Amino acid sequence: MTYLPTSEHDELRAVVRELAEERIAPRATEVDQRAEFPWDLKELLARQDLLGTSFEERYGGTGLDEISQVILVEELARADATTSLIPIVQKLGSLPITLAGSDEQKERYFPRLASGEWLIAFGLTEAAAGSDVAANRTRARRDGDAYVLNGSKRFITHGSIANVLTVFALTDPAAGGRKGMSAFIVETDAPGFSSPRLEHKLGIRGSPTAELQFDDVRVPVQNRLGEEGEGFKIAMETLDRSRLGIAAQAVGIAQGALDAAVAYAAERQQFGQPIGEFQGIQFMLADMASQTEAARQLTYAAAARVEALAADLPYWTSAAKLIAGDTAMRVTSDAVQIFGGYGYITEYPVERMMRDAKITQLYEGTQQIQRMVIGRQLLQRAGVGGRVRAKSAARA
Amino acid sequence: MKIVVCVKQVPATTAEKRYTSDFRLDRTSAESVINPLDEYAIEQALRLQEAGTVESVAYLSMGPEQASEALRRALAMGGDEAYLVTDGGLAGADLWATARVLAAALDKLAPDVALMGMASDDAKGSLVPGAVAAIRGLPLLSYGSELRLEDSVARIRRLNATGYDIIEAPLPVIASVTDQVGEPRYASLKGIMAAKRKPLETWSLADLGISADELRGAALTRVIEVRPPEAKAPTERIESIPPEEAATRIADWLAARKLI
Repeated sequence: MTYLPTSEHDELRAVVRELAEERIAPRATEVDQRAEFPWDLKELLARQDLLGTSFEERYGGTGLDEISQVILVEELARADATTSLIPIVQKLGSLPITLAGSDEQKERYFPRLASGEWLIAFGLTEAAAGSDVAANRTRARRDGDAYVLNGSKRFITHGSIANVLTVFALTDPAAGGRKGMSAFIVETDAPGFSSPRLEHKLGIRGSPTAELQFDDVRVPVQNRLGEEGEGFKIAMETLDRSRLGIAAQAVGIAQGALDAAVAYAAERQQFGQPIGEFQGIQFMLADMASQTEAARQLTYAAAARVEALAADLPYWTSAAKLIAGDTAMRVTSDAVQIFGGYGYITEYPVERMMRDAKITQLYEGTQQIQRMVIGRQLLQRAGVGGRVRAKSAARA
Repeated sequence: MKIVVCVKQVPATTAEKRYTSDFRLDRTSAESVINPLDEYAIEQALRLQEAGTVESVAYLSMGPEQASEALRRALAMGGDEAYLVTDGGLAGADLWATARVLAAALDKLAPDVALMGMASDDAKGSLVPGAVAAIRGLPLLSYGSELRLEDSVARIRRLNATGYDIIEAPLPVIASVTDQVGEPRYASLKGIMAAKRKPLETWSLADLGISADELRGAALTRVIEVRPPEAKAPTERIESIPPEEAATRIADWLAARKLI
């Protein structure tokens, strides 16, 4: 299984890095401080065809391989985590359609998503159903040729700005979340849909995290993804793949903090010399670099498994997200440490990076959920998977 | 209508450069890019193509084989095809040989407009457009902040000390543009992917019907020395003394240089 970058991957990295350094990094502080979605950067990414990398060419995308998509996110996140979420969520929201959608559904939505004309969001989480996905309460009641959705979602990235959502709701409440949930494509101009509130957040502040309200929202039957009752499976398979994007984001955030710390260590003078001359600083930088590289290589290895649709890809994407998220948190925190007092103020970017890093340990499955996924797979291999799966999956 | 944009591959300005014993750039030593001033010529040509004024945009470069990378990057920005003149007999080519070779290649391509940047970022001679125009016996419209094309006429707008001039000439012409034409675009991902499939042809001197003798060793001039800029005097620091004394010292320093 190949997961070493090719010359084409290197070329993509160079192109995205140039764009990110010249156009995205200079906006990052403002986007964070004003907590406003960077529409200009979304347009820029759309114009450069960087929002269509996960869509096939026949839908107007560029159909890049998984490692390329990782590199794209990594390089964007190195400059600005908020901006890197734009292609991440474009993929997350559309993965349920990729996995379970019909050709008609793909033809209707993918061209507008690949071009970046439309944004999509992934509507799964609810106030009382975070890690415990099966505790979902949003209802979808069949009424003639439509379903009528009622309920609310919370913590939905881009939920307030998306033109279309993939939403998970109970079609058979008696059967519970695992068996009775279905997935739907919902256009956000549908009557009864609203986004009443945005969260105020520690990091990724330019990325709107929305509460969504569904009051008798009618969704045509042809917008159901797969069969009734397949919602839980679609959601889990989506997250098994999409958390690769979070691993990539975490690697990019760590690399950005490392690069800033190295530059500062070479320039900052104390006791008559650059602080990088002190072994204590060098050791910190060495650890940060090695850990970031380890996280990156594990993420590429996971990308190769997703590319090959390997049976054990959930194990790999969970391991990559677990290691990369923790690495991003540790490396950004160490970067602030190397900057000293200057790291704690908004004059330098590392405090933002540290705040942004935290989310990679939380969303698309907390680090604890990743460990459950990994542990379950290990025990399945050992032949005791059935029982472990039944117990833990209800909470996955 | 057809435009050929002449593109030069140059070392990145930030790159540290090494030279061979006869003062030629060691091209393996430095990262290479499209001459940044040529990117404005590319942008101008692509805008005319997007507006429908121009049907085809081609690129022409003279340089070592690796200059094809610059042409691929240009093709990623847009345009249709590219031509690279590369030949062992061109090593160390100066302005005269360069203009001679570009003129011969342009004779073959016969564009309505041969468009160039206002100078190259490395040699900064600014003379190639004029020399090519002289060799081909065509009008030169230089230093345009904008190029416009109508039927059989080319016009440039050129800034002058008090406003601007509009200068026109009948096609075909040689033209050069400045960095006033507008920001060059970034290559899009689809552009980069499409560029790999666009035709890029390589020509030798023989393909252009030029003999090595004709080029007289490819250079009429000879570089006799290359050296880095002289280092500035070290910064003088005034610190750890009372402010009044420091102010006096600074004032004296400025007065000694007749700056105050």
